[in-house]
Amino acid sequence: MNAATVTRKPYTPKEAVERLRHGDLGAWPVVGALVAIAVVFGTLNEHFLSPENLTNLALQMAATGTISLGIIMVLLLGEIDLSAGSVSGLCAVVMAILSVRQGWNPILAIVVALAAGALVGLLHGVMFTRLRMPSFVVTLAGLIGWQGLLLYLLGEGGIVNLPFDGFVAKLSDTWLPSWLAWTIVALLVLASGGSSLVNRRLRLAAELPVPPVWWAAVKIGGLTVVLAGAVLVMSADRGVPLLLVIFGTLVVAFDLVLRHTAFGRWMYAVGGNVEAARRAGISVTRIRVLAFVLSSTLAAFGGILSASRLSAVNQGSGGSDILLMAIAAAVIGGTSLFGGRGRTYAALLGILVIQSITNGMFLLSVDSSVRYMVTAAVLALAVAIDSLARRGSTT
Amino acid sequence: MISANNVSKRYGAVQALQEVSLDLHPGEVVALVGDNGAGKSTLVKVIAGVVGPDSGGVAIDGEPAHIGNPHDAQRHGISTVYQDLALCENLDVVANLFLGAERRKWSLLSHIRMERSARDLLTSLDVRIRDIRVPVAMLSGGQRQSVAIARALIGEPRLVILDEPTAALGVEQTAQVLDLIRRLRERGLAVLLISHNLADVRAVSDRVVVLRLGRNAGEFRTADATQESIVAAITGAAA
Ligand SMILES: Nc1ncnc2c1ncn2[C@@H]1O[C@H](COP(=O)(O)OP(=O)(O)OP(=O)(O)O)[C@@H](O)[C@H]1O
Ligand SMILES: [Mg+2]
Repeated sequence: MNAATVTRKPYTPKEAVERLRHGDLGAWPVVGALVAIAVVFGTLNEHFLSPENLTNLALQMAATGTISLGIIMVLLLGEIDLSAGSVSGLCAVVMAILSVRQGWNPILAIVVALAAGALVGLLHGVMFTRLRMPSFVVTLAGLIGWQGLLLYLLGEGGIVNLPFDGFVAKLSDTWLPSWLAWTIVALLVLASGGSSLVNRRLRLAAELPVPPVWWAAVKIGGLTVVLAGAVLVMSADRGVPLLLVIFGTLVVAFDLVLRHTAFGRWMYAVGGNVEAARRAGISVTRIRVLAFVLSSTLAAFGGILSASRLSAVNQGSGGSDILLMAIAAAVIGGTSLFGGRGRTYAALLGILVIQSITNGMFLLSVDSSVRYMVTAAVLALAVAIDSLARRGSTT
Repeated sequence: MISANNVSKRYGAVQALQEVSLDLHPGEVVALVGDNGAGKSTLVKVIAGVVGPDSGGVAIDGEPAHIGNPHDAQRHGISTVYQDLALCENLDVVANLFLGAERRKWSLLSHIRMERSARDLLTSLDVRIRDIRVPVAMLSGGQRQSVAIARALIGEPRLVILDEPTAALGVEQTAQVLDLIRRLRERGLAVLLISHNLADVRAVSDRVVVLRLGRNAGEFRTADATQESIVAAITGAAA
């Protein structure tokens, strides 16, 4: 095999445009949006880009971001989960009742609440696959029904306070000391650099094309800059919140699972073409059920993180705009509503966009009516890009 | 040798197949032709295990084989490329080639091993795709058809069935796919080709089997047959 075939040729401008037209925009629109948000709110309010506010932002993202991560699991199949908000509230209530009213060990209470979430997802998945109900309807019923169960469980009081110094509340009030934060950054950079080096070696050994060295260097350099910048900013305030680390770990872990296991491959396959997946011998039913289980379990976890921040659960837990924010975040981050396209980083990027808008408008004391309209406009834009990309890829 | 023996299949009032027989030899391309509704797809579905016959069945090397579902057929080395390609457009070529048969190590995908075999396979079939890591949605129709056919070879089959592989293709891309079919023959595979295009049939097949109204209506060696005699068998004009 000669050298020309071993290094992948860069795209000609025409091919690059073609790729863009086919929806290969990647994360660039979101990054652009983030820069625009930083510039606009940064100039309108000097507090917006302050370490304190950015650290708050990081803390605010985790709960809804985790729910959004779950939503991505079903969106990848081209389905939808409208019950994620209610399920998050319900499971948080289960956790709070067990740990506070029943006096259980909080970790055990969390595990049981997550299991409850998984069970809910299993039920949704079975209704969707066995009874062939549209996912939209199944989870719409869930949205109402699980909210009802939440109210029923909470009963008369309507609120359960979590002790401020308890394990659950502490989750959102734990900050990484700066040595630990920097160690994590170093490890992440080493891991990604090391894996790309090993991968490169293995590919060359197998005579497969490899991207140019500078490209790998740029990627790792970019990662280093982003991580170090984030740690630098947050260390200037209280430090990196544990909640952000938990959320980030989930995002990375699920990304690895989706890209490097057969299960992940099959998720994309089912989302891309159900019939093809079925003919290839993939158990479509199992993949679908699993996606709903993951969605609800992640929703449950998001609900617990949210309860931790509030140090309480009440009748509004998991309600109001949480669900819509979570779905919007997934789509804004680049997950296709039509299935088969998107990565878990969409949850991180999307929630960052939404939360910064919310946070920025709050700083400017803009009324929530305007905030809703702006968020809606961003969402509409994201869906428009998604739809255009889809049209591009089918013509 | 794989053969279908006296296969009959009825759909309600329609006798789709009536005592149809067909032999398929290694290294031979057999074209199955016939008018719309002649029963070609039904016969293919019986061989591929998608539908069960009412009577008759498939024999492999003379032994009756039980083929109850597509999985059984695959196990017996029968691989089918359906008319609608059944590719996942959002996945790349490598992922599509190995879909459902991913190579794994400790339950992790062996990306490099799969890409290496994918490239080797495509090279051996002389299928040219510039970047096999782009989504299949970005390939031309001929390239997609080639990927679909290459995919049928992943499980090392002995028979490849192609249902109208050139139906949606232009002249040049059709030529590509016909070349690919010749290469399957060179590999010693038995090929069953369904086509309405007699020019294609005459270009690649060794033998032509004609179905008419669900029955065997003639069999020709392609080299000896004239276009008129095949058409006559298809329409029943000569009878
Ligand atoms: N699933 C089915 N249910 C009922 N009738 C069927 C079914 N599949 C096929 N048939 C009938 O069986 C007969 C043979 O159909 P088949 O699809 O095998 O024909 P064909 O030769 O493939 O035609 P074409 O060239 O149009 O693809 C037709 O009359 C068709 O209507
Ligand atoms: Mg047919």
